Amino acid sequence: MSDTANNDERIKEISSLRQFFMRPELGGMVGTVAVFTFFLLFAFDSGMFNSQGVLNWSIVSAQFMIIAVGACLLMIAGEFDLSVGSMIGFAGMMIAVFGVVLNWPIWIAILITFVICLALGALNGFIVIRTGLPSFIVTLAFLFILRGFTIYIPQTIERKTIIGGIRDAAEGDWLAPIFGGKIFGGVFQWLGDAGIIATFERGTRAGQPVVDGIPMLIVWAIILIIFGHVLLTRTRFGNWIFASGGDAEAARNSGVPVNRVKILMFMFTAFCACVFATCQVMEFGSAGADRGLLKEFEAIIAVVIGGALLTGGYGSVIGAALGALIFGVVQQGLFFAGVESSLFRVFLGVILLGAVILNTYIRRMITGER
Amino acid sequence: MKTVLKSLAVGAALLSAPLAAQAEGHGSLSYVLVSHAPDSDTWWNTIKNGIALAGEQVGVEVEYRNPPTGDIADMARIIEQAAAAGPDGIITTLADFDVLKGPIADAVDQGIDVIIMNTGTPDQAREVGALMYVGQPEYDAGFAAGLRAKGEGVTKFLCVNHAIQQPTVGERCRGYAEGLGIDLGDAMMDSGTDPAEIKNKVLAYLSANPDVDGILTLGPVSADPTIAALQENGMAGDIHFGTFDLGEEIVNAIKGGVINWGIDQQPFLQAYMPVVILANWDRYGVLPGNNINSGPGFVTKEGLAKVEEFAGEYR
Repeated sequence: MSDTANNDERIKEISSLRQFFMRPELGGMVGTVAVFTFFLLFAFDSGMFNSQGVLNWSIVSAQFMIIAVGACLLMIAGEFDLSVGSMIGFAGMMIAVFGVVLNWPIWIAILITFVICLALGALNGFIVIRTGLPSFIVTLAFLFILRGFTIYIPQTIERKTIIGGIRDAAEGDWLAPIFGGKIFGGVFQWLGDAGIIATFERGTRAGQPVVDGIPMLIVWAIILIIFGHVLLTRTRFGNWIFASGGDAEAARNSGVPVNRVKILMFMFTAFCACVFATCQVMEFGSAGADRGLLKEFEAIIAVVIGGALLTGGYGSVIGAALGALIFGVVQQGLFFAGVESSLFRVFLGVILLGAVILNTYIRRMITGER
Repeated sequence: MKTVLKSLAVGAALLSAPLAAQAEGHGSLSYVLVSHAPDSDTWWNTIKNGIALAGEQVGVEVEYRNPPTGDIADMARIIEQAAAAGPDGIITTLADFDVLKGPIADAVDQGIDVIIMNTGTPDQAREVGALMYVGQPEYDAGFAAGLRAKGEGVTKFLCVNHAIQQPTVGERCRGYAEGLGIDLGDAMMDSGTDPAEIKNKVLAYLSANPDVDGILTLGPVSADPTIAALQENGMAGDIHFGTFDLGEEIVNAIKGGVINWGIDQQPFLQAYMPVVILANWDRYGVLPGNNINSGPGFVTKEGLAKVEEFAGEYR
């Protein structure tokens, strides 16, 4: 009896080194170190690592992180969402329509937009579950449907495809700063006064630091990463996500509510897209019909660089966050390094391919799978 | 594993090659041009060639950057990035004033000189603190076209507007009417963008208003079907016909005498002039006292040779 217990692979002792190499985010960690080493060598004195430069690539990375967390959990649950980019454009436009055109208070506009987005996410999931069609196709349909509405609605109402004036409408609103505000302004003012970070040389803001706080966008990214990581690794629901993506039928047979898990993950992806859109609209003060183009692929790329399997059942939120960091740092870093910008896609392709090959090799080597 | 390492090494070599090339040619002054155009927009190739030529002639570094998908929010990040890298000057468009005014004003306050080109207005350029605006003010271009058409005998006109939702494009029609010295009235037609629809609307308008002796179209979208309409009702070459922007059909029609002239906003100048101006401002502290109108440049039958020779390159 004790013999069979010892041979059971589920309770087999695994050395901690081997366990470390089995982590899905290993590739992401290696990549992050490599990318930072590269840019420290080639772009150190280009302004990339002064306060403004750090904030610049941090914001871009945070944008990727917000949508990557949603895409990561959904991918581990075995599904895709290609409507993320269109959802971003759509959500921004809805806030503009409710808040500016209809002149509702911004907090109501934001809350209603979140409700609409969550409903659309649920609809995505519901159609996928009910029809059994690949989520690739269903969400591709929503990519077009939502983008179409994002162009049609403002053009019909306002005869233009960009609606501005949201910043004025959000003046004094209690909810808007949670998406578009900045925190720790005092710390940065002190750093600026102390001469540690640069200050404006002229204009009405002369003497103020060039970086005047941490944008809420970054705070949202961190909150979502922590939430996603804890959910995935520390809760029963997290196990359900892995199970649903690994083998849905087996999971169903062992009592996992696969349908509910998948629909909730579609809703969470939509929620992340809506957070992205709200932060963007609140920061820039306008919504455009072309916002968020191709962002769904950027989210998926970040997740895959972070070590998740496209087929589901394997991956990590921390990995996806590192993937987003790599993506953001490379994208902005190439500008700092002065590389011809049309080569950006070439680098992106090389990194994606390299990361996926590396991840696959490491995983095969360690787990011994074929 | 070995092969992986090898491929990574090759990748690293490829990555570092363009960087090394960049580092050698570093001039004393460096500028960045940030556009709003997606990679797919070929019109901006003229701009790229314009800054490359100016950079070479003046002896400065000019880089071109754009959001790959044309997303204006991404463009704002690129402007912030450019400001963080601390170039001597930034040349950019004001494609969406709400989004871009913050990042541009920040760059200006940081001590970086900014010139607005192409999209935007002189007023907006002043508001963000830019040195000047280089582009084609739509109303003024229309006004100049109207003055010219008046001299060529136009008394009543039709303006075919295929982009009625863009207020700036409509300014061309208003300027044209003012230049002619007549009231715009209902002379501006909302034609839509469907070629068959535009053609039939133009035919209907011309038969209902036989006293119209001038047509203005606002770009290839409205010009091409209008050419077809005039060829169908036999008014081609007879009625005065001016158009904004150039395109293959328009060039052919100018050659064939159907169109009297095309108005070119001369993108080359929008790229070339800011580089030269910034360089002279940084070196000698001299600056022209006014905004620069890159257009309207009138392209007639006589001036077509250069247009055809440099089409897509500098024109």
